[in-house]
Amino acid sequence: MRVGGAIRARWGRTGRTARWAAAGSAVALAAGTAVWGASAGGPSRVHTVDQRIQVVDGPHDDQRVTLDTTFYKPVGHAKAPAVMLGHGFGGDKHGVAAEARALARDGYAVLTWTARGFGASTGQIALDSPDYEVKDVRQLIDWLAKRPEVQLDGPGDPRLGMAGESYGGAIALLTAAYDRRVDAIAPQITWNSLPDVLFPNAAGAGPENGVFKKLWAGVFFTSGSRGAGCGRFLPSLCAMYQKVAERGAPTADAIATLRRSSPASVADRITVPTLLVQGQSDSLFPLDQADANARAIARNGAPVSVVWYQGGHDGGDPETGRVRGLVRDFFDARLRHAGTFGTRFTVTRAGGLDSSTQKVVVQEAKARTYPGLSGDPRQLALPGAEQTIHNPAGGAPAAVSALPGLGALGSLDSLGAAGGGLPTDMPGQTATFDTRPLDHSLHLTGAATVRLHVAADGDAGDGGPLFAKLYDVSPDGTAALARRIAAPFRATGGEVTVTLPAMDHRFDRGHRLRLAIATTDMGFATPPQPAAYRVRAVSGLTVPTDPSLVTAPAPIPTWVWILPPAGLAVAAALLLGVRRGRPRERGTGVPLEITGLTKAYGNGHLAVADLSFRVEKGQVLGLLGPNGAGKTTTLRMLMGLIHPDAGEIRIFGHRVTPGAPVLARLGSFVEGPGFLPHLSGRDNLDLYWRATGRPAAEAHMDEALAIAGLGTALDRAVRTYSQGMRQRLAIAQAMLGLPDLLVLDEPTNGLDPPQIREMREVLVRYAAAGRTVIVSSHLLAEVEQTCTHAVVMAGGRRVAAGPVADIVGSGRRLEDAFLEIIGEGTTA
Amino acid sequence: MTTSEEPKTDAPARPEAPEDPARISPGGYSVRRTLPLRVEAIRQFRRRRTLIAFGILLVLPWVLVGAFEIGGSPSGNGVPGLVDVATAGALNFTLFALFVSTGFLLVVAVALFCGDTVASEAGWSSLRYLLAAPVPRARLLRQKLIVALSYSVAAVLTLPLMSLVAGTAAFGWADVELPTGGTVPTSTALGRMAIVIGYSLVAQFVVAALAFLLSVVTDSPLGAVGGAVGLVIVSNILDAVTALGSWRDFLPTHWMYSWMDALQPQIQWTGMAKGASISIAYAAVLFALAFRRFHTRDIVS
Repeated sequence: MRVGGAIRARWGRTGRTARWAAAGSAVALAAGTAVWGASAGGPSRVHTVDQRIQVVDGPHDDQRVTLDTTFYKPVGHAKAPAVMLGHGFGGDKHGVAAEARALARDGYAVLTWTARGFGASTGQIALDSPDYEVKDVRQLIDWLAKRPEVQLDGPGDPRLGMAGESYGGAIALLTAAYDRRVDAIAPQITWNSLPDVLFPNAAGAGPENGVFKKLWAGVFFTSGSRGAGCGRFLPSLCAMYQKVAERGAPTADAIATLRRSSPASVADRITVPTLLVQGQSDSLFPLDQADANARAIARNGAPVSVVWYQGGHDGGDPETGRVRGLVRDFFDARLRHAGTFGTRFTVTRAGGLDSSTQKVVVQEAKARTYPGLSGDPRQLALPGAEQTIHNPAGGAPAAVSALPGLGALGSLDSLGAAGGGLPTDMPGQTATFDTRPLDHSLHLTGAATVRLHVAADGDAGDGGPLFAKLYDVSPDGTAALARRIAAPFRATGGEVTVTLPAMDHRFDRGHRLRLAIATTDMGFATPPQPAAYRVRAVSGLTVPTDPSLVTAPAPIPTWVWILPPAGLAVAAALLLGVRRGRPRERGTGVPLEITGLTKAYGNGHLAVADLSFRVEKGQVLGLLGPNGAGKTTTLRMLMGLIHPDAGEIRIFGHRVTPGAPVLARLGSFVEGPGFLPHLSGRDNLDLYWRATGRPAAEAHMDEALAIAGLGTALDRAVRTYSQGMRQRLAIAQAMLGLPDLLVLDEPTNGLDPPQIREMREVLVRYAAAGRTVIVSSHLLAEVEQTCTHAVVMAGGRRVAAGPVADIVGSGRRLEDAFLEIIGEGTTA
Repeated sequence: MTTSEEPKTDAPARPEAPEDPARISPGGYSVRRTLPLRVEAIRQFRRRRTLIAFGILLVLPWVLVGAFEIGGSPSGNGVPGLVDVATAGALNFTLFALFVSTGFLLVVAVALFCGDTVASEAGWSSLRYLLAAPVPRARLLRQKLIVALSYSVAAVLTLPLMSLVAGTAAFGWADVELPTGGTVPTSTALGRMAIVIGYSLVAQFVVAALAFLLSVVTDSPLGAVGGAVGLVIVSNILDAVTALGSWRDFLPTHWMYSWMDALQPQIQWTGMAKGASISIAYAAVLFALAFRRFHTRDIVS
């Protein structure tokens, strides 16, 4: 029982609680919410008291035993209901410390103790005997009743719940039967009848005719004795085990002794609310043990809830968080009357693989009633002729169904046939009967039954053990055990009704159910004599289902819902102020007016400083200046590409901002052409104009194309163009729509002399029609010949402005004037 | 400006007089008509990288078919996987094609369309003329984003659709065999396929947003596309560090393969819900950053 726990730990993985808790804290951090702050103090401290408690037990109440205990004071309550947590076989009180702390934090007074014969307690193991362990626990309850932290129902009667796994679960059941002071119990993966567990007979013939579950019995005994002879077992128990193990069959005495250690013997006296948690991966205490407990206690009128989870003594997902949560909710409802615990039946099911973790997703299916193991049966025909199977001499090789630890290995089985594939049955030893492929998927919940005719060939096999198992066969023929549990029975000659192992398994559409009857199983004692049996299915397979089980969708963590709105909120905050309405302004007739324009780049370089000038209609303005004078930066600000640090630009009275509509009246060519190289010149101009969204009629495309003068090259991809061709195309693009203000930056770069001359004429004519042209250049002769006015810039400042003639003065060349001005500009 | 075209070049000399000087912009101009989606789509479509990207996505299914024809049917290695059932039918083949391309090929395709769109205009210098046309910045980004996302969606759809065609030709039409065992009838399978593709799109959303942000920040198309792909790779590497535990849940690529949860006997929504949540949240913030950055930025390209 403890062994099972150890194996689970070895195969174990991070508990779900731990993972969710971590994910939760991650969210708390990511969202920066107050959750983190609230728990900043860390988990609240649990105060504990370690104490050795003297008890007296034995059939004659004359044996003194010291029990090693720990008392966990409730957090946040002066007086609280008490919970006693028992430990598994082979363990001690430390094994349940984590659960005890969690319960104490939830406000329960928790007592854990090491049972007699284990750990630091004295005495010998008596297997949860009413004469020994039960008496011990009753005296612990006396002790609890005296604790000031424990809430009392009456004098000496604490408000008390008991829980525990396996060995610790059975003592909860037995104590509840022997002591009225227990108010609620939550035993987990424990037994109803030890004789039926160790000598099962699936044909209902009782443990006297059972098959010895030798492997588990051996593991069980050795973990108690620690492998050294009788260890700390009560000598009488040790002798009993040795006799049984030697014979491979029970003795009447052994059955009587084990029965006294079984809740089955006193189930009619258990009348308290009960939560039974049983593992689906448990070949030691299968689900039918919980079922027997549930039926017996429910008969007394007490409310019983049953949980089948994925784990168990064979391994599998321990679902620690889920099980602890259920136990806590149960105690909250039963000891505190906080909330209800209305779910009578919970089954956890493997719902598939989580692709990001490659772990099996476990879902909960719940129902308001517990149907038992034979609810809502379906009949499936089992065609097939009689088959003969053989028990090999010596009983080997034996089939493998369940082995301690195999449950975890086989957890992929639950996803379908393709997941498993471990060899289980030996040829010649197994008779198989298949149903027809299923038309619809079938969810088996409970224990299937079948009526078989079994006859031994000759005397050797009379009464020999046989093992029934249930396979899930996929359409491609792959067969996997639906659950790695075998149901043993004996070939008594004639017909028997065999109850297959209880389980919860979904058989998919197109799959078949296969009943396998084997002569050997590694987990059980089988005879060494060779034998042969003839097996025939007399009835179909009766498959119980529970349609009332409803699977709640897998829980989706809260952050999934919080994160997108949070992201959108952050996005909205980022975009605040990005959309700003433009003030309505009255326009003027002034094509361009620049006032106090200043721009410094990130590196501190002052590109334009307090620049002001004005351009009137019909002017051709030359913007002059050496390289780095700030001409291009000014033109970029004019186009709304760069945000000025101070000052403003107004075109026809409208302030220029990025994307300002008035920019549609501006045609620009600044710092070289910009075309899509994969498109032709014509497509570039066409798509550019369509991008402005203005009607094609306004484009004056033909005039622009004439200025470009590209001829047939117009339909070639722009990437094939020369520098001059691109230049002309770009000027043509700037002139599209005949803008009122045309800005050209070094327009004659890359043009040959005739083209330069022609460009000059085009610009003069353009301005003569009442439009305005600004030409930036460092070619002074060029400006002198084309422009009517000029603005000279140096070091980002305006150093001269006015009609070209005024700047030049009489009889001077512009070049001289320019150099003189620049000289002044730089020294000023 | 050749002399032969002399008669035409004087045309600008005789334009009608400028209209009312007080008006804001020419009568035909309207912000809402600038950079129509159709125009942007045409601008992008004729690009060689667009055509090559689609070409690869169209050819890949046939390459995979060829590989299976040469190599024979895949054999399982015990762990359930889509490759084991890839040749079971057209739908299975499509799922396999998606599986092998989700991690990288589709990421590159989406990063290409969303990362290249603004940065390449900056690289060609055409961005400044568009902005001065004027196309308002927010509108330029919006139109470009819609077109880039449309191309990305087309790319993500192209692969499975062509895979369906190639798979039907090579392996015929059959029920979907699930890697974990069991089959899903064709009618249900098409619905599942829609979920798979829909989720793939949502999962790529974060890649699109990342690439788009980089596209706005840098003037180099290669930098934007490569940066987005590079960050996806870094995220994948971090995802492989199991020591990070549940922190990995918040990596943008952690849930990229969660669409496989739709291929189980019962659809598992949790992973896809988480993935969609992460992708949408990241994308919203990244897109907002892109718009904000582009709004305040000085265009110096």
